[in-house]
Amino acid sequence: MPSEREHRFVGPRRGQLVFALILVGVALLLLALIGDQTAWVKKTKLFAQPRFWPAVAIGGMVLMGGLHLYKLPWRRVSRYDRWEVKRWGQVFEFAGWFMGYVLLVPIIGYLPVTLVFVPLLSWRMGYRSPFMLWTSAVFAVAVVVLFKALLSVKIPGALIYEYLPGSLRSFFILYL
Amino acid sequence: MDLIFSAIDILMRWDVALALLAGSVGGVLIGAIPGVGPAVAIAILLPATFSMDPIVGLTVLLGIYGSSMYGGSIPAILINTPGTAVNALTTYDGYPMTARGEPRRALSLAYSASFFGGIFSVICLILFAPVLAKIAPMFGSREIFMAALLGLILVVVAHRGQALIAGTLACFGIFLQTIGLEPVKYTQRYTFGQDFLGGGINLIVVVLGLFAISQAFVLLTDEDEKVRMTRLRGGMFQGLRELARHPRVAGVSATFGVLMGMIPGVGEFTAQFMSYTYAQKTSKRPQDFGNGSSEGLIAAETANNAVPAAAMVPLLALGIPGEALTAMMLSVFYVHNVVPGPGLFQNDMDFVVALYLALLVLNVLVLLFLLFATRSLIQVVRIPNRFLGVCILTLSFVGVYSLRNSATDCVMAAGFGILGYILKRLSLPSVPIILGMVLGGIMEVKLRAGMARVKEPLDFIDRPVAFILFIIIIIVLAVHILRVLKDRKELKEAEWQTNRASTSFGSLMWRRRNSFLKDHGKKVRARHSKLLRRLTDLF
Repeated sequence: MPSEREHRFVGPRRGQLVFALILVGVALLLLALIGDQTAWVKKTKLFAQPRFWPAVAIGGMVLMGGLHLYKLPWRRVSRYDRWEVKRWGQVFEFAGWFMGYVLLVPIIGYLPVTLVFVPLLSWRMGYRSPFMLWTSAVFAVAVVVLFKALLSVKIPGALIYEYLPGSLRSFFILYL
Repeated sequence: MDLIFSAIDILMRWDVALALLAGSVGGVLIGAIPGVGPAVAIAILLPATFSMDPIVGLTVLLGIYGSSMYGGSIPAILINTPGTAVNALTTYDGYPMTARGEPRRALSLAYSASFFGGIFSVICLILFAPVLAKIAPMFGSREIFMAALLGLILVVVAHRGQALIAGTLACFGIFLQTIGLEPVKYTQRYTFGQDFLGGGINLIVVVLGLFAISQAFVLLTDEDEKVRMTRLRGGMFQGLRELARHPRVAGVSATFGVLMGMIPGVGEFTAQFMSYTYAQKTSKRPQDFGNGSSEGLIAAETANNAVPAAAMVPLLALGIPGEALTAMMLSVFYVHNVVPGPGLFQNDMDFVVALYLALLVLNVLVLLFLLFATRSLIQVVRIPNRFLGVCILTLSFVGVYSLRNSATDCVMAAGFGILGYILKRLSLPSVPIILGMVLGGIMEVKLRAGMARVKEPLDFIDRPVAFILFIIIIIVLAVHILRVLKDRKELKEAEWQTNRASTSFGSLMWRRRNSFLKDHGKKVRARHSKLLRRLTDLF
């Protein structure tokens, strides 16, 4: 049965201790590196020192993060924490999908990659009906047309567009 | 009057009209889809607005901000799921109304209340603008530092029960903005010799990671929800008549919205909470609240829609954003070299009034759109969650990559996306990181400039506005400490099942000391020693 302290804790139990430990660990590491990573300039007031604000920020992180860790009602990593960490690990797959998309766009082109990426990820997520796949493809084309052709956001033309014939090449680089 | 005419002149352009239309319709749509809040949409669209005129870009973003709460009330009322986080209170009274067969009444009341809140706040602020223009120049670097510090403290203490971790995350935000080349002494800070860190960490990369990509991750790893929709029949105009029967609740709630919106770091939730409590305490039927009370619905919806216009006040007048959405808008100003702050109110007052007028028009457009298009609009609620995740991930790419065409930015955004996902899983706030980044940068510059002009640290607060802000900071901290101590006492009472005396070791020793010193204690000890002597004499 959860204690009164656990009962009053805002948020779920799982993962809190692991997150707090990582946060305080990172803060302590940054604090240890402050002499190496920031400079102390002679004949300069304290508030104008380049080291002042990183020191305030990291000091605050160590102090408040440490107090948060101390005030946590749990002292041991349980199996729920381990399951939660595994759950965090799941998103690396989608971060990988995202990075793959990012790296392929400058080579293959915004429209072709988006046209493959959206239906493929929809397929991966379990939407395998022709309706959903067509919807994904229409969404992909709409995004490219809206952002690149209409709003002219800065997305460079792909390497393979260079091999297209004259006028088609400039059209693809500018709009797709 | 001239001011209003010149403001109208700024707005009379086809691209502004288009921006108004896109912002209002887009905002309602985004608000109506649970899982896609205005923060996600604004984060994605931010880089796209950089190529537009400041007034056009800001109108689109402001449109999304202002109209998303209208849309957010639709799923809150119909399926008991708030479209945006601030519509959570709408579910209390909106959904019970739907459950008893009055969805049309609930929706039209929510729209009317939102419209009243939006219009009330804009009119208040247009009338209030000349006063602001007089107050704003009183804010020098010291005052702006104090106001930014106050905003940061308010954001931290507003997270009840999570203030320590919110403070840690705000400090993390301040740390993030210090990374890179320091602009005064030209020294590197926490770059680890890497070139890509030399230019610092871009705010938009962090915003996109923490809000958009993390939300995509949440949706992609979640299950799809089955939605049962209620059919809507009949017109949507009855809410306007019903709202007119509760002018007091609507007026007070809108006032709370305006006041709370203007204070950095407070925002919609506090305004809603105060309005709702007020409406319940002064109602003739308080038992109906939470069971489909029209007054409760009016209080919640009026208060949250009065906030967006008011939230622009600290941003425009002082250059201090009070929450994540206005922090994002600040970057639009910077990109166009328009520096919000006292100078903007003195030199470009017509621009400020034009923004408010745009909000006014936007509210009218949204209301008209919703009155006629709700029945078609409710279909967007049916979009499956994980497919939305795919869409947000695709759109996030545009936001991050179009900034500088940098794959490193995308790696960082994905990293912040994972951090945002973890924060969401643990119900921890990500807004303090963003405000720490924005306000930390402002505080660093202003403290340096302010301290250069004073001889002793106490001279920093020798001007009236700085002193008032300092006193407010002290009061806020004192109130917070008292609240923490009260919570601690309540916890101890609950743990020890007693409320008579403190159970800490220090208090125990203090009571023991008092008993030694008092006459009564001496008598008790004398009696005890007498009894003990009698007992030992027996043997």
